[in-house]
Amino acid sequence: MTEPVLEVSGLSVRFRTDAGVVPAVNDVSFVLKRGETLALVGESGSGKSVTSLAVMRLTPAPPGCEVRGRATLSRVGELLSLPEAQMREVRGSRIAMVFQEPMTSLNPVLPIGEQIAEPLRYHRGMARAAALREAAKLLELVGIPEPGKRLASYPHQLSGGMRQRVMIAIALACDPDVLIADEPTTALDVTVQAQILELLKALQARTGMAMLFITHNLGVVAEVADRVMVMYAGRVVEQAPVRELFRAPLMPYTRGLLRSVPKLAPLEALGAPLTAIPGNVPDPANLPGGCAFAPRCADVRKVVCEAELPELDAVGAEHLVRCVRWRELAA
Amino acid sequence: MHFPLPRRSPLGPRETVKAVDDVSFSVLQGEVLGLVGESGSGKTTVGRTVLRLMEPSGGTIRFRGRDITHLSRRALRPIRPDMQLVFQDPFASLNPRMTIGSIVETPLLIHRKELGRIERRDRVADALRLVGMSPDFANRFPHEFSGGQRQRVGIARALMLRPGFLVADEPVSALDVSIQAQVVNLLRELRAELGLSILFIAHDLAVIGHISDRVAVMYLGRLVELAPTRALFQTPRHPYTEALLSAAPAPDPDLRRGRIVLAGDPPSAINPPSGCRFRTRCRYAEPACATATPPLQEVAPGHFSACRRQELVLQGAG
Amino acid sequence: MPSMTPASASVDVIAAPPAPRRRMGRGVRRFVRHRLALVGFGIIVVLVLLAGLGPYVSPFNELTIDIRHRFGPPFSGAHVLGTDQLGRDMLTRLEMAGRISLTVGCAAMVLSTLTGTVVGVLAGYYGGVIGSVLMRIVDAMLCFPSIFLLLALAAFVQPSLLSITVIIAATGWMEVARLVEAQVRALRDRDFAVAALALGAPDRMIMFRELIPNAVAPIVVAATLNVARAILLESYISFLGYGIQPPVPSWGNMLNNAQEYLTSAPWLAIFPGAAITLAVTGFNFLGDGLRDALDPRLDVR
Repeated sequence: MTEPVLEVSGLSVRFRTDAGVVPAVNDVSFVLKRGETLALVGESGSGKSVTSLAVMRLTPAPPGCEVRGRATLSRVGELLSLPEAQMREVRGSRIAMVFQEPMTSLNPVLPIGEQIAEPLRYHRGMARAAALREAAKLLELVGIPEPGKRLASYPHQLSGGMRQRVMIAIALACDPDVLIADEPTTALDVTVQAQILELLKALQARTGMAMLFITHNLGVVAEVADRVMVMYAGRVVEQAPVRELFRAPLMPYTRGLLRSVPKLAPLEALGAPLTAIPGNVPDPANLPGGCAFAPRCADVRKVVCEAELPELDAVGAEHLVRCVRWRELAA
Repeated sequence: MHFPLPRRSPLGPRETVKAVDDVSFSVLQGEVLGLVGESGSGKTTVGRTVLRLMEPSGGTIRFRGRDITHLSRRALRPIRPDMQLVFQDPFASLNPRMTIGSIVETPLLIHRKELGRIERRDRVADALRLVGMSPDFANRFPHEFSGGQRQRVGIARALMLRPGFLVADEPVSALDVSIQAQVVNLLRELRAELGLSILFIAHDLAVIGHISDRVAVMYLGRLVELAPTRALFQTPRHPYTEALLSAAPAPDPDLRRGRIVLAGDPPSAINPPSGCRFRTRCRYAEPACATATPPLQEVAPGHFSACRRQELVLQGAG
Repeated sequence: MPSMTPASASVDVIAAPPAPRRRMGRGVRRFVRHRLALVGFGIIVVLVLLAGLGPYVSPFNELTIDIRHRFGPPFSGAHVLGTDQLGRDMLTRLEMAGRISLTVGCAAMVLSTLTGTVVGVLAGYYGGVIGSVLMRIVDAMLCFPSIFLLLALAAFVQPSLLSITVIIAATGWMEVARLVEAQVRALRDRDFAVAALALGAPDRMIMFRELIPNAVAPIVVAATLNVARAILLESYISFLGYGIQPPVPSWGNMLNNAQEYLTSAPWLAIFPGAAITLAVTGFNFLGDGLRDALDPRLDVR
């Protein structure tokens, strides 16, 4: 249960654009263990999606995009230096991904049965008929009623929630060790979101796979995550077990986020103004020197915070924070 | 302002979708009425229809006591400054080819043609300051700004002519979390400062809870509950509201409570279920729920619900 | 009037976004990378300079007849590009003809672009009956092959610069109308257009202030390609004798004159032909480059 299945260290991703070099991800490291869910939280420009794309080797080729660092998947090895042909074997079978927009991720002209069967036929060499039978079983696993009939449906005939379930079925077809879910419920209604989250948790309990769950919704994080990694402007700024992060956040950004999220309870809080974080997320092409959050931080001490980029400090066993002043602020 | 309206959108020769069916509510002077619902609930349609940006197929819309349902475009024009709209998508609601200044100036060019250039420029500067942006930005283009900033520009444009009524159609849904709070706060302050009445449309109950005085819940084109905010959250009287409250994930890992997960997907709007539209997913449904559509009834002072089973005690938030 | 108090501290005044200069650079940079477009642009510049300034610099007049020096081959003696059957200087004639071709080309382009844009925006914005009627007219006119249409019209009209320009424009506006109609139809439902409606903006303001500026990119590309087309058409009809009448030189009628002398004095045909080719190619390349430079920016987020 506690063996690491994916270890990422020093991951950096830079894009070359007309406007210059943009560092989208900077020195990101984390360990994902079997059976656990690590939530990657951040807003736009935080680099959370790019991180997962880089691990999957789905970023544009150099020189448009440069990826540095290491990403080791158990039983496979170092992902970032794998030849493309071998990476293709890994993608979809050992490590799979679910995206935000099921409508654009599914092929609109193929029936869903074929799409689910595809990884089975490619990675496991199954014959078409056998693969379709397995696909029907997968549809049932993800909770789609009348799976046998549904194999012939096209994506546009299904609702958003069902399409997302199909995506999950495709991702799980070959029983991957790691599932990367990039904002899988953001485009869904809240009642459907609840269904999908339940489904993912149930599937995880059943298969023991590890999940890297990317989202900007703190409520969802509280629902699904065992550990949380908060990213800001391309770097990890805090990492902790979920309860600790919500109860005792150390990084001012995390605290600011938690304060600014509207909550349903307690009821007395309804109608009170939210404590917002002032300012805007920085432009990744134009990051300030020193702490990237300093311009917006309520607890900033300019001399110290803008001087140089803080390192990630370890606080106790599992908690990391990138803030020069965390000790004083925690007191 | 008072809006009862059914509306259809014809899809083919004989199919119609009742996007909004027999919805009635009032927005009182100076209040914020939250309108919440999921996709297909018809809330955006309501928002646009009450501003006559879409045509109702029935019912009446009264604005400040005056029936505006069938007014011609010309007759509506003088009223338009009084009722404005803030859009959901900050990327699409500003003309990418116009400077911020031109965009915010547009209402003046339509309704205050007598103003000179300098006077207009000053008012644009005032409007930008009102929403927390520097007047220096007037010469920049929308794509140079973030989503939150663009949304502020949209608000500045909407408020330029001092409307008494604002329809905010999911104004924060497309924004980053830390920016959502900024914009919600901005709207709260502006409402206090300018005495605005707001119809705040959203799908996120928590956001609605933070700004609304009363909340209306829509499901598949119908209003299912209407109540003061606190009452709705504390003692919901319709199973759908209960499910919504329960489904919303709370940012607190210790509250991973037993959650009510609705079975199935929302039914098609073309062929809604007979009787109560929610019955196909409702845990408390009984056979009688299929016979007649329950009307919106007052179940407590100021609290309306469209559920037959008034005896149910439902779980609230918190 | 009522001066607004700025909202309080929870709403901050944000630091200015980075300077806009970068954005202009991107489009230009993209254009510059398109080498053919640069070539095209270069060709046009050269042609315009030659046509505009050449005749002033030249010691010869395009109309002066000098029988003694007729059929002078190019690159020999005073006439750089030789002389024609009447001893007139080829270079000067080409340059003067260039003035006509370029003028007619551009003028026809302006006329057809304006017409097409207006028709297109009306059809796209109003849709319904008006839209259908207008677009069917466009379709009907598109059914006629332009050459025949041109010749038919030319047969009825006294050939002059103005009439030729108008006729060529009359065969070129339809494509622009189609393009604009499609764009406007798509743009009309975008939020910013609805916002203008919600403000009570009159139709013409929405069409011309909000919608057309967003349709500019395909219009510009179409217009550039239209110039190429117009130059070609002018050459056709002049060649066929219905366009510019001699002794006023036009590349087309110079080609016509050169027909009899193809074997004996081939340069009489080669030079006007090359001029037409260069002009048309130049504008086509330019149009391609503009398309690349302008299109991706339409949906900048």
